[in-house]
Amino acid sequence: MTATPITDLAPMKLVIVGHVDHGKSTLIGRMLHDTGSLPEGKAEAVKAMSDRRGMPMEWAFVLDALQAERDQGITIDTTQIFFKTPVRPYVIIDAPGHKEFLKNMVSGAASADAAILVVDAKEGVQEQTRRHGYILHLLGLDQVVVAVNKMDLVDHDQARFEQVAGEVRDYLAGMGITPSAILPVSARHGDGLASKSANMPWFDGPTMIEALDAQDQKPLPVELPLRFPIQDVYKFDERRILAGRIESGKLNVGDTLLFSPSNATAQVQSIEAWSVDGPVLSASAGQSIGITLNDQLFVERGFVASHQVDPPIQTNVFSARIFWLGRAPLEVGRRYKLKLSTLEHPVEVQAIERVIDVADLSERPADRIERNEVGEVVLRARAQLSLDEFTANPRLGRFVLIDGYDMAGGGLISMDGFHDLRRSNTPTSQNITAVETRVTTDARWAANGHRSGVLWLTGLSGAGKSTLALELEQALFRKGWQVYVLDGDNIRFGLSADLGFAPKDREENIRRVGEVAALFARAGVLVITAFISPYRSDRDRARAVAPDLFHEVHVNAGLEICEERDPKGLYKKARRGEIPEFTGISAPYEAPENPEVEVDTGTQTLSQSVEQLLRYVEANFGGKGS
Amino acid sequence: MNHLDALEAQSVYILREAYNKFDRMGILWSLGKDSNVMLWLARKAFFGHVPFPTLFCDTGKKFPEMYAFQKRYKDEWGINLIVRDCPPIEEIDPTLPPAARSAARKTEGLKRIIAELDMQAVVAGIRRDEQATRAKERVFSPRGENAEWDFRDQPPEFWDQFKTDFAPGTHIRVHPLLHWTELDIWLYIQRERIPVVDLYFAKDGKRYRSLGDVDITFPVDSDADTVEKIIAELRETKVAERSGRAMDHEAEDAFERLRSAGYM
Repeated sequence: MTATPITDLAPMKLVIVGHVDHGKSTLIGRMLHDTGSLPEGKAEAVKAMSDRRGMPMEWAFVLDALQAERDQGITIDTTQIFFKTPVRPYVIIDAPGHKEFLKNMVSGAASADAAILVVDAKEGVQEQTRRHGYILHLLGLDQVVVAVNKMDLVDHDQARFEQVAGEVRDYLAGMGITPSAILPVSARHGDGLASKSANMPWFDGPTMIEALDAQDQKPLPVELPLRFPIQDVYKFDERRILAGRIESGKLNVGDTLLFSPSNATAQVQSIEAWSVDGPVLSASAGQSIGITLNDQLFVERGFVASHQVDPPIQTNVFSARIFWLGRAPLEVGRRYKLKLSTLEHPVEVQAIERVIDVADLSERPADRIERNEVGEVVLRARAQLSLDEFTANPRLGRFVLIDGYDMAGGGLISMDGFHDLRRSNTPTSQNITAVETRVTTDARWAANGHRSGVLWLTGLSGAGKSTLALELEQALFRKGWQVYVLDGDNIRFGLSADLGFAPKDREENIRRVGEVAALFARAGVLVITAFISPYRSDRDRARAVAPDLFHEVHVNAGLEICEERDPKGLYKKARRGEIPEFTGISAPYEAPENPEVEVDTGTQTLSQSVEQLLRYVEANFGGKGS
Repeated sequence: MNHLDALEAQSVYILREAYNKFDRMGILWSLGKDSNVMLWLARKAFFGHVPFPTLFCDTGKKFPEMYAFQKRYKDEWGINLIVRDCPPIEEIDPTLPPAARSAARKTEGLKRIIAELDMQAVVAGIRRDEQATRAKERVFSPRGENAEWDFRDQPPEFWDQFKTDFAPGTHIRVHPLLHWTELDIWLYIQRERIPVVDLYFAKDGKRYRSLGDVDITFPVDSDADTVEKIIAELRETKVAERSGRAMDHEAEDAFERLRSAGYM
């Protein structure tokens, strides 16, 4: 077998980044020339262009093909340039240095295998050196060669080189990047690019080309768990083909696939292909394929096929590190369209945890993320999304956000502090089939973004149950919760209109409240009840209706305090004997023995009590960990 | 997965994204090697079908071999071909240099087809390595109402997330071959045994590397009379692919002006 010629190999993708005017385009132009990769006549053309503008040989003109660019002297857009060394071909993505052009840099750097970070020997590390370095880190690009350029302008001084090299090394180390090499070069003169520099005999490291040839090409994620996001479903002929690209892992004919989010399973009947020799029996990461199934499941674009072992995470809330390119800032409460592989779904910004200053890697709280800033946010969707953490599987761990018509940012997913909701969703019964579409409480929780249940407030008259319930309801509702208060006002007038205040009637009233609260809770609502409910046995019965959802809250203020407050004048009436069997006066109050929560409304202010219950609710019913 | 497999998979992915996103789209068939490869890739993507019309703007000045090729393969490949004549030269911007003005007939013809068929998107087989302004392109490249290209403010494009949300009136050019090189195209033609017009193969020491209209396309010196020899030639050559295309070379910015106005 003859070896494949260098020219026929997949090129390594290089991105060249760095501060404006630190010499990126010059470095590229000169590398093309020094590796013999320039088309015939191009060097002469560049010479002519330079002469016409009264400049010395300007290698940057090799790339600056557009009229507008040359006039501004700034590389406007991502350009792709091919060159080859004796080891392999390369395609260079020339990233711009101008501050507002982050989107072009990301467009280029996101697909790169390795990066060259260019730093001016005289100016050292500048704002965009840091910013670009940080973006490389965000995009997971960890193969970085640093070129300390324009060494001719600092008299090829070793001490200055060491100083700049140290600066770069320190900054990159802060993000966990160790550069593969830091090289002194003078791109304009070709010093240190394809050959060692006679001007810098003190440097015994590799040339730029040698350093690049030592980098590794990113392997396809064949060894990761299978992720096959459905791109489309075709029925051009009798076949029903699920088309898509395998993002990671591999699949074989006969494999059982699990489809998220429906959780239905089916076997791969065939892998369809046109104009290939023989049947295709397996496919792996990177391939755009089509499959047929042995079962006509409902499957559409955005579904993710995996194996039953190691499926993607399902969640409707997650945190993400975001780089923002949008003209309008990212703000809490704003809605965007999320695109993750082939999935598209609206999401809302629930919180902005912090903004990261890429200049010194410091973090600060913020309520918005401006254009070209980086931050950490919590995003919430109305349905469960199938995804991975970026560190576990980059292909399904990254997404973009669309604001209106425009791609406004990119993000990397972290599930730190959030649950994978799949465990509670996956049907344990083998008999459940795709046609069964029962809406489970879990599914409602997923849609609402929180769990539901009954917060059963019990306490003496005047302890503040109703006030606390209504305040809590309002606070949760503002945060987007499905929440409802049941109290005497809305129960007694309807559901229990037939009941009086005799002990038997009270018991029946509480029984009804317990049943209704459980129904609300099963429907996905967080119910807050506010009844004195003095008898342990009544409360226990209410708990028994939905034991997994029931949380008893003792709203506790001493009798003296309640009697002193006496907002409705009931204690006075009771003392006068006008109300028979008044709890605390002429009837007992059986305080809870082990309530889930005890709220001391006797000493706490109302806002303290609301705050206490909010924290309890967030911790026990929220998307975040309990 | 080798290099050609990776290129193919990426192009198939792009074509499927376009087909999913646009109800009314077409694919340009210039009869050159690249658009043949592109149609081949469409049939790969859609399992032997080309589920949208194939568009051809006829300048009336293509080589006879090209018309013969079209006649044969539109039936053999099961293509729904829509042909329209390009407008006459008199209707084209007279300030353009002569060859560029001639080439601009195709731009104008394309605009009229797009308007007539109310196309949301057309697929074009341009490649980044062909020409510097094409290197700046996006895979999904939005055009304004008048088909013009604003290369100064292009949408971000990364992680294979293409621009698929647009204001009404926006038109999209889809470029599934953007990441291919001329050599890749020929290696793929060899592997897949894709037919091409004979003019690419050398006769009497000359061959065409790039095909356009008869009067503004010139052959280059070459003895490569088979696909294998063309591949061997391309591994060594330093002559630019479009050196035989007159409109690229009339002025430093001629091609850029053509493209900003909507040329492929």
